[in-house]
Amino acid sequence: MENETVKHLTGADFESFLTEKKVALVDFWASWCGPCRMVGPVIEQLAEEYAGRANVGKVNVDEQNALAAQFGVMSIPTVVVFENGKEVDRLVGARSIGDYKAVIDARL
Amino acid sequence: MYDIAVLGGGPAGLSAAVNARARNKTVVVISNDWRENALFRAAHVPNYPGLPDVSGQELLERLHLHAEKMGTEFITKRLISALHMGASWGLSAEDTLVEARTLILASGIIRSGKFAGESELLGRGVSYCATCDGMLYRQKRVVVYGETDAAEREANYLKEIGCVVVYLSRRTGSGALKDTIPFIQMKHLEIHGGSKVEYVLIDGQKVLCDGVFLLRASVSPMDLIEDLALQDSHIKVDRSMATNLPGVYAAGDCTGKPYQIAKAAGEGQVAALAAVAWLDQQV
Repeated sequence: MENETVKHLTGADFESFLTEKKVALVDFWASWCGPCRMVGPVIEQLAEEYAGRANVGKVNVDEQNALAAQFGVMSIPTVVVFENGKEVDRLVGARSIGDYKAVIDARL
Repeated sequence: MYDIAVLGGGPAGLSAAVNARARNKTVVVISNDWRENALFRAAHVPNYPGLPDVSGQELLERLHLHAEKMGTEFITKRLISALHMGASWGLSAEDTLVEARTLILASGIIRSGKFAGESELLGRGVSYCATCDGMLYRQKRVVVYGETDAAEREANYLKEIGCVVVYLSRRTGSGALKDTIPFIQMKHLEIHGGSKVEYVLIDGQKVLCDGVFLLRASVSPMDLIEDLALQDSHIKVDRSMATNLPGVYAAGDCTGKPYQIAKAAGEGQVAALAAVAWLDQQV
């Protein structure tokens, strides 16, 4: 499931993505992971709904090993929420859109 | 997109599939290999009406063939995640993804006794999905706990991609496991660590590791589906086998006693008809 609105992050643009807006949500995923592909459209929907208010991005752990290791991602999908560039919340496993919205809304 | 996904391939699930196919709904059954069903090992089934003294194996085989002949599709994999996506359910059976408008839960009784440390360290070294998370553990030490032949093959996969694997089971090995993977038959497992997994105690013996893959025969729908209402540790249903969630039905042992085949088959039928009626109302 390829996305359109969600920004695919690399080591090069990760830091600036986190601090561009007060709140950022990053989905660590991989194509071989069924639950990740299930969450893909949910993340896409979040990106559309929060456009302009919060940054929503994805990190392919297969291509960005270093980022996955840096954030201690040990199970995917893992969604990490950042406030002013600092990790403030983390949801592991496929979750409903309501769960993701709740953690973003709590920080906006 | 299927009309109905049946989770479980025992008498309740297969009866549901037969009846839903008879009403021309598309049906997928997600389950383990039917030969791994507990009923398969029953030498005699004394009280299934009309088939005195049939063996569990024969009854299952007939049910399976019947469902297959009716056009049921089968996915013989372990369901690891279920997600409500508005108008449908997303289901992830290992690496296979399916969507269905309704669910019929027919998982039977799954003894889901958790290991010490399992819940606390889930996502921090404890994983239920080798295909999802294996790559994150390349060159690392992992302990794999399994209960099925499929789990042994998943341990082989982890070894192939470069994990350092030890395999644990309460069963004797089936022979599927590579002989380069140490096999430990054990009774008791504890998982220890702080912010992440550091070691396990296997019958009291300490083994250092970075990851623990718990590959049980199946995961209970009660653990996979958020907000599913229970009653006396079974799935709560009404007379039409409807759960508290719209479009989600349940049948068989997972709804409560008696744990009997005829009851399971009957409930599977009721659940299928209720799901069909619900689907027809949606259009």
